[in-house]
Amino acid sequence: MGAAVFWGCAAIAFGPAAALVLLTVAAEPLRVIVLVAGAFFWLLSLLAASLLWFVSVQLSGREDAALLLLGAAAAVLLQELCRFACFKMLKKADEGLAALSEDGQSPISLRQMAYVSGLSFGIISGVFSITNILADSAGPGTVGIHGDSPYYFITSAFLTMALVLLHTFWGIIFFDACEQRRAGGLGLVVGSHLLTSGLTFLNPWYEATLAPIFILTLCTGLWAFGTAGGSFHNVLKCLSCKQEPEGQVMLYSALQVPPEE
Amino acid sequence: MSEESEESVPLLPLQQESMASALFNTDQNDNSERRRHDNSERRRNDNAESETNGQPQNNVQQVVEQDEEEDEELTLKYGAKHVIMLFVPVTLCMVVVVATIKSVSFYTRKDGQLIYTPFTEETETVGQRALNSILNAAIMISVIIVMTILLVVLYKYRCYKVIHGWLIISSLLLLFFFSFIYLGEVFKTYNVAMDYITVALMIWNFGVVGMICIHWKGPLRLQQAYLIMISALMALVFIKYLPEWTAWLILAVISVYDLVAVLCPKGPLRMLVETAQERNETLFPALIYSSTMIWLVNMAEEDPEAQRKSKNSSYDKQGPASRTQNEDAEADDGGFSQEWQRQRDNRIGPIESTPESRAAVQALPSNSQTSEDPEERGVKLGLGDFIFYSVLVGKASATASGDWNTTLACFVAILIGLCLTLLLLAIFKKALPALPISITFGLVFYFATDNLVQPFMDQLAFHQFYI
Repeated sequence: MGAAVFWGCAAIAFGPAAALVLLTVAAEPLRVIVLVAGAFFWLLSLLAASLLWFVSVQLSGREDAALLLLGAAAAVLLQELCRFACFKMLKKADEGLAALSEDGQSPISLRQMAYVSGLSFGIISGVFSITNILADSAGPGTVGIHGDSPYYFITSAFLTMALVLLHTFWGIIFFDACEQRRAGGLGLVVGSHLLTSGLTFLNPWYEATLAPIFILTLCTGLWAFGTAGGSFHNVLKCLSCKQEPEGQVMLYSALQVPPEE
Repeated sequence: MSEESEESVPLLPLQQESMASALFNTDQNDNSERRRHDNSERRRNDNAESETNGQPQNNVQQVVEQDEEEDEELTLKYGAKHVIMLFVPVTLCMVVVVATIKSVSFYTRKDGQLIYTPFTEETETVGQRALNSILNAAIMISVIIVMTILLVVLYKYRCYKVIHGWLIISSLLLLFFFSFIYLGEVFKTYNVAMDYITVALMIWNFGVVGMICIHWKGPLRLQQAYLIMISALMALVFIKYLPEWTAWLILAVISVYDLVAVLCPKGPLRMLVETAQERNETLFPALIYSSTMIWLVNMAEEDPEAQRKSKNSSYDKQGPASRTQNEDAEADDGGFSQEWQRQRDNRIGPIESTPESRAAVQALPSNSQTSEDPEERGVKLGLGDFIFYSVLVGKASATASGDWNTTLACFVAILIGLCLTLLLLAIFKKALPALPISITFGLVFYFATDNLVQPFMDQLAFHQFYI
């Protein structure tokens, strides 16, 4: 407990996200705006889902895990709906930016926006899942004193990390599927999100939740990599650090031939 | 030093937030079209007469086109860039306020109320509490309205000395007294032993440098930092002394007031902005956060590229007699144009009208700087906006049961509201109220997150379910 657990879990949960933001998003103002906009859309979905859950709890008069399951499923579906809304808005923004720019190309591509919005969904989702837990972990206490698992903090951190990465990948796949109007991609994203959320309902049986979720993360990552245009060949080329010959010819002679008299 | 300031009411700094929200763009956008054409032509001339003459003709064409698209991109990126230039200070102010609320218990302790909110909220019935808070909000808003109208009347009748005196006294109060209290409470929280002499030295230096930076000249970043700090201090005072329901009501009413004051033709803030524009004066630097500076001193480099990239952390403009950003060099006050001419003569000698000298002149700072440099086209945000954004987020972090979730939701809501307001600013190009959209989103998210989302997320976290 204390600072060590706090910093450790925070780093585990948000390390990849922080690195991604610092390296790819922070330098570009447009991407930062897309990041905040994506977070806003996710918050809207969460608001709607909580409202649904709250109303159902008030109506049924009791609060149990079945309603929570329904609430979680509704939350997943609403998140994907808001991702779609985000896609629509970003597509419009993309067209607007392209129209405003001179050469007809917007300064940010739809693929970049897909990545950034997926990342923003992941970050805000992770933040909402774990910040209160982190705040508690910095203070005094004993984990699992009433018989729960003592690994609560570290598993939460790992699950959050997986969720952040998953949201990023889902964003890329989802936008691509919407762009090319393939229902299969959409269905698979929604399905895998439901699967992930459902798996977490098996907590604290961590073997059955952490391992499959991480395998799912890896597979989704590879799929997103393929969707974004990557391939084994690309990776090899990148790793071998071969420099492509420049397409332009550089004139390095500034000497001018004196004009013939 | 301990339990002071029950009723030590800051009468004066209230005009800080009465000057609440104008959000305005000092870019004279009607000129931007023409300027862009001038730009591209100038560059074409530049390239045609440039040193590296080995480039073929189509390359020049390409470079020109690229420059034009860069200009267009720059205009768009300028939009996004200035959103970020406002995101950062707003975020910093909120971070300071939330960090203080979370660590220094003084600002969440109930030590009485301001005289502007005389009715207590510790009543027996809910109805009584609601009534009291409505009355409190009404009194506070009327005080703010009266002060704003007073300020506008003083400005209209050119009583500059009175306004300056008022502003100076209120910034004195904020920079010396409130920061002294803040420092004291921080020391108490972290149990740091400190003597009065050191504290006096620190507060003296902090305050004097702050007064100089805000009211006279100073590096841009330092001035911005001081403005953020006094906004945070003011917001902390409000968070401490406003009871809960009153605070939320005041936030709601002041955003409505802001909308009315800035947009209605007879609104005080609109009249203030219009009068300032008529007289071609800047508004009081003590009440406005500006994201850029007015360029007084010329850059050393000739290359427009380098000029755009290198930041000239030069000096603030003096009082009301000065111009807003990106005005022409000729129209500026005396010393500038002569200095500019001297520098130009030093650099290239007396001008003859040959192609080389024309190109050299065009490559020089003067007009090209004012039209090409995107950082010059600044956006300004009133300090009242900073204060009320921070009050909202600070109150959310102080009193919400959802704790960090509520704080973060309000934070995102305010940023999105600011983004939308800036988008509207880019479309309408006149002073706009910055409070309504952000505060509305903030309030909606606060109440929704605190009452709906928090129990849901709490239950999920309890079972370690993830959505």
